[in-house]
Amino acid sequence: MQEHVQLDQKEINKDLLDTIFHTPMWWYLAVTFFGVVFLIGASAFGYLLNQGLGVTGLNRPVFWGAYVVNFVFWIGISHAGIMISAILRLTQAEWRRPITRAAEVLTVFALTAALMAAPLVHTGRPWRAFLPTPWILPYDFARGIWPNIRSPFVWDPMAISTYLVASSLFIFIALLPDLAIIRDRSTGLRRVIYSFLCLGWRGTPRQWKLQIVAGILLSALVLPVFVSVHSIVSWDFAVQIGTEGWHSTIFAPYFIIGAIHSGVAAVATLMAVMVWVWKLHKYITPDHFDAIGRLLIVVGLTWFFFFFLEWVFALYTLEDPEIAMRKLQVFQWPWSGMFAVFLITSFIIPVTAWLFRAVRRSLLWMFITTILVNVGMWLERFLIIVPGLMRRTHLVFDWGSYQPSIIELLMVIATFAWLCLGMLVFSKIFPLVPLFDIKEAMINREKIKIGRKEIPASIRE
Amino acid sequence: MFTKRKSIIGLYTDENSVADAMDGLKSKGFGENEYEVLTGVPYPEGTFGEAEPHLHLHKFPLIGAVFGFCLGLVFTIGTQIAFPVVTGGKPILAIPAMAIIMYELTLLGAILFTVGGIIFESRLPKLFMGAYDPRITEGFIGVVVNTTEDNLDNAQDVFKSSGAEDIKFP
Repeated sequence: MQEHVQLDQKEINKDLLDTIFHTPMWWYLAVTFFGVVFLIGASAFGYLLNQGLGVTGLNRPVFWGAYVVNFVFWIGISHAGIMISAILRLTQAEWRRPITRAAEVLTVFALTAALMAAPLVHTGRPWRAFLPTPWILPYDFARGIWPNIRSPFVWDPMAISTYLVASSLFIFIALLPDLAIIRDRSTGLRRVIYSFLCLGWRGTPRQWKLQIVAGILLSALVLPVFVSVHSIVSWDFAVQIGTEGWHSTIFAPYFIIGAIHSGVAAVATLMAVMVWVWKLHKYITPDHFDAIGRLLIVVGLTWFFFFFLEWVFALYTLEDPEIAMRKLQVFQWPWSGMFAVFLITSFIIPVTAWLFRAVRRSLLWMFITTILVNVGMWLERFLIIVPGLMRRTHLVFDWGSYQPSIIELLMVIATFAWLCLGMLVFSKIFPLVPLFDIKEAMINREKIKIGRKEIPASIRE
Repeated sequence: MFTKRKSIIGLYTDENSVADAMDGLKSKGFGENEYEVLTGVPYPEGTFGEAEPHLHLHKFPLIGAVFGFCLGLVFTIGTQIAFPVVTGGKPILAIPAMAIIMYELTLLGAILFTVGGIIFESRLPKLFMGAYDPRITEGFIGVVVNTTEDNLDNAQDVFKSSGAEDIKFP
C-alpha cells in the first residue's frame, strides 16, 4: 500500500527551501572537493593542449578512446531527465512529482559533461571552435581544407545543442512558480535577483493553466529531440561501413534503450543521494524507489533484448571480420574480463535484484544496483568503441591496442566531478524538488474509505 | 474622463470562501476584468468560479516549427552550396544529411516559440506586481480587485462577508 503523508504548504516551503537559505558545512566541503577534482582534470586538459594528443593513449588504429566512451556515456545519462520528466508527465504518473526537477537538471549537467568529454577535445584546437567561421562553428578553414558539411559530426552539435537548449528552457519554465516562492521569502539583493528571475510571477489561474499546459506541450516537443540525440550519436558509429561491430541498422534503437537504461538508473542513484544528503525522506519514499525499480526492470529487459539482437545480427552473417571482433570482445584478455563485468553489472545482478520487492524499497540496495548499471554501461561503450577499432583481422594495415593514459583518466574523472559540482551549486540556488508540483499533489490527495480499509487516492480533473 | 483605479486584496485560507467572494463580486456588478484570484498552487480550473482563460498557445509551436523548418532548409542548402565538395559521387544537396539538420532546427524552432508563447500568454514579464501578498505562496488564496476608488468599499464589504482572513489596500 502507498504511504500517505499530508504536509501543509508552509512546511513544504520550509523543507524544500532549506538548502537555499541555510548552507550546511558539508556543502562547502563537497563543493571544494569536487571543485579541486575538476580543476585537476582541467589542468590535465591544459597539459593536453600544450603537448598535443601524444600524451593520450590514442594511436593508430584506435583513435577514439576514453573521451568518446565518456561522451556516449554522458549522452546516455542525459536521457534520464526527459525519460522521467516527459514520459511520466505525459502519462500523468503521480510518483514523478518529487524527482522530475532533479532528473531534468541531471540532463543539463550530463549534456555539458558530454560536450566537455569529447567534442571539445576532438576538435583538435578547441579555441577555434568558438571563432566565427562561415556557417558551421567548429570547422577550421585555416589550411584551406574544405570540410565535409554532410558529415555525421555536423549532426552531433546540432542535436546536442538543441537538446541542451530545450532541456534548459524546460527547467526554467517549470521553475517560475518556485522562484516566486523564494522571492516571497527573501530580502535585499536576493529578493531583487529572484524577482527578476521569476519574471513577476503572481499565480493567476491563467499562469497556472499555462504552467500545466507547458509541461505537457514541452514534454511532447522534447521527446522527439531526445530520440534524435542518441540516434545521431549512434550514427557517428553506424554510418561507418569499414568498422566491424559498428555498421548496424539496430544501433539507433539499441543506443536509445541503452541510454534510457543508464539514465533511469542514474536518476534512481540521484534519488538515494537526495534522501541521504538533502534529507528528503518525506518527499522521496520507498514507494518512489519501488516504482522506479519496476520501470528499471522493464527498461533493463528491453535493453537486453536489443543487446541480444545486436549479437544475433552480427553473428548470423558469419563474416570473418565481424566474428574476429566478437571473439576479441569475449575471449581475449582484458576485453573478456571487461565483457564479463559489463554483463554482470549492467544486467544480471541489478535486474535479478530488482525482482525482489525488498530490494526495490531499499535505498541502499537501489543505490548499489543502479551504480552497478552505470559501471556496466560505461564498459559497454568502451567495448563497442575500442575493440571495434582494433581491427585484429587479416590484411589490415595496422594492428594495435589501446590503454587510456593518466591524462585521459583525469579528464574522465573531471566530468564526474563537474556533474556533482553542478548539482550541488544548482541545489544552493534553486530547489531540487518542484514545490508547486508537490503542493498540487497535496491538495488533490484524499483518503477514501472502501469497506474497512482507508486508501490514499489522487483526484484528477 | 480618466478615473483613478485602486486595488484591494482579500486573503483567504478556505477555497469555498474564495468562491463565495467571487460570487459576491459578480453580484455587486464587478466586471470580469476587475478581479482575479492568486494562488500558490494550481487548482483545477473553475474551482473558484473564475472565468476560463482563453489561450492561443497551440499556434506558437506550429509557427515556430515552420520557421525552424525554413531556417533549416536555407541553412543546409546554403552550407552545401557554399562548400560544394563531391563525396562518393553523391549529389551536393544530399537529402539524408539535410533532413537531420532540418529536423533538429524544426524542433528547436517549435520549442523556442512555445517557450516564448508560454511567457507571452502568461502576461510575463510583469514589471509591476500590483496587489500581492507573499503569504499567497504559503497557502493563502488572494482575491485582488482593481477598480475605481469609489467602488473599493463594495469590494471590502464582499471580502468581509465572505470571511476573508485579512484585507489589504496595497
